[in-house]
Amino acid sequence: MGYTFHFRDVFAAQDALLHGLVLTLQLTGTTILFGFVIGLCVAVASVYGSTGAKRAARAYVELIRNTPLLVQLFVVFFGLPSIGVKLDVIPVATIGLAINLGAYTAEILRAGIESIPRSQVEAGIALGLTRSQIFRHVVLIPALRNVYPSLTSQFILLMLATSVASQIAAPELFYAGSIIQSRTYRDFEVYTVIAVVYLALALLLRLLLALGSRLLFRRRRR
Amino acid sequence: MIRDLSWVDPLYLVFALRWTILLTLLALAGGAPIGLLVASLGNTSHATSRLASRAYIGLVQGIPLLAWLFLFFFGFPIFGIDVPGWLAATCGFSVYSSAFLGEIWRGALQSIPRTQWEASASIGMSHVEQLRYVIIPQAIRIATPPTVGFIMQLIKNTSLAAVIGFVELTREGQMTAAATLAPLSVYLMVGALYFALCYPLTVYSRFLERRLHGAR
Repeated sequence: MGYTFHFRDVFAAQDALLHGLVLTLQLTGTTILFGFVIGLCVAVASVYGSTGAKRAARAYVELIRNTPLLVQLFVVFFGLPSIGVKLDVIPVATIGLAINLGAYTAEILRAGIESIPRSQVEAGIALGLTRSQIFRHVVLIPALRNVYPSLTSQFILLMLATSVASQIAAPELFYAGSIIQSRTYRDFEVYTVIAVVYLALALLLRLLLALGSRLLFRRRRR
Repeated sequence: MIRDLSWVDPLYLVFALRWTILLTLLALAGGAPIGLLVASLGNTSHATSRLASRAYIGLVQGIPLLAWLFLFFFGFPIFGIDVPGWLAATCGFSVYSSAFLGEIWRGALQSIPRTQWEASASIGMSHVEQLRYVIIPQAIRIATPPTVGFIMQLIKNTSLAAVIGFVELTREGQMTAAATLAPLSVYLMVGALYFALCYPLTVYSRFLERRLHGAR
């Protein structure tokens, strides 16, 4: 033993931590947005698409879900410049994370869409709703309500997974931690603080998403 | 030393797979007993132990895996325990998998209807007999598909051990990429190897799930 914990050095770097925290939130927000859009398109393609579209959607989902995020980030990080796309590291991280989240979201949304009984759609047709009205009110919103818990867990996992982006030097919270560590050598203290911040974020996000479900699905049929 | 990517490099990557597999097995060996404890605590009639089980799961799942790895990696030396990297990684992954396995298994135990307990009690079984002959056989059938799915998740996540210097598939890939300056081809190969390892498990998990629902 004989080790004294020094959290002072870590808290002295609160500006760096705060900056990292803001970037983590930003990264999480944009990734959820893009990942959801990708997931929705892929889910629709895999349910309603032509055989080719279905196959492509399937291939995308299986490829992403069966390989590690870290390797996917490396491929995007080194792959984009080789096809002539030079971007800042934050957009690169966002692209990598969104491609990853898109596959998981697609799988969840597909399950949701398939959980809507055919008779519901037929009832919609009988009522004279247009195709887009049927998709929106009869299929999508009830489907979202059915899979909302899985979606919530996936988004929280994604928030935690943004820490992996530190490995391609995206300056988010975890990366800020490693910078402070190299400056102060207080490794254990730094990562304890970082871990607590992530834990708080996870709880907060869960709370927010629970509130979100109250707002989104207010009209519940009993 | 910069050299060209040669035919031995994919071979080295394939050999590095064994460390990925070994780390996964070590994590399961460490995580399964704790997970079993978490699952059984979550199924007692005791409110405090149920709460403790849920708090543990929430705590572990609320912190990024990368942070767990670093906490163990830097935490042991503070207490004067000198552990090699692989042991720190094993501890980190064990904690991580114990929470997820605990949650899966708790759910499986809970999904056995109360009437099964009552029926087995009414034919005079002791608590241990109830578990041994009635509850656990049914719970295992329910828990197997998600457990296989989680093992696949774990294999993918062992790639994070590369960050604390454990030489498994991803770390081997990083070293090859650094030596050959061909990162894209190397990481595509690494990805393909992970896929070759994980995809069969995904298919198997799906097969088990279908069989389970077919049998109902």
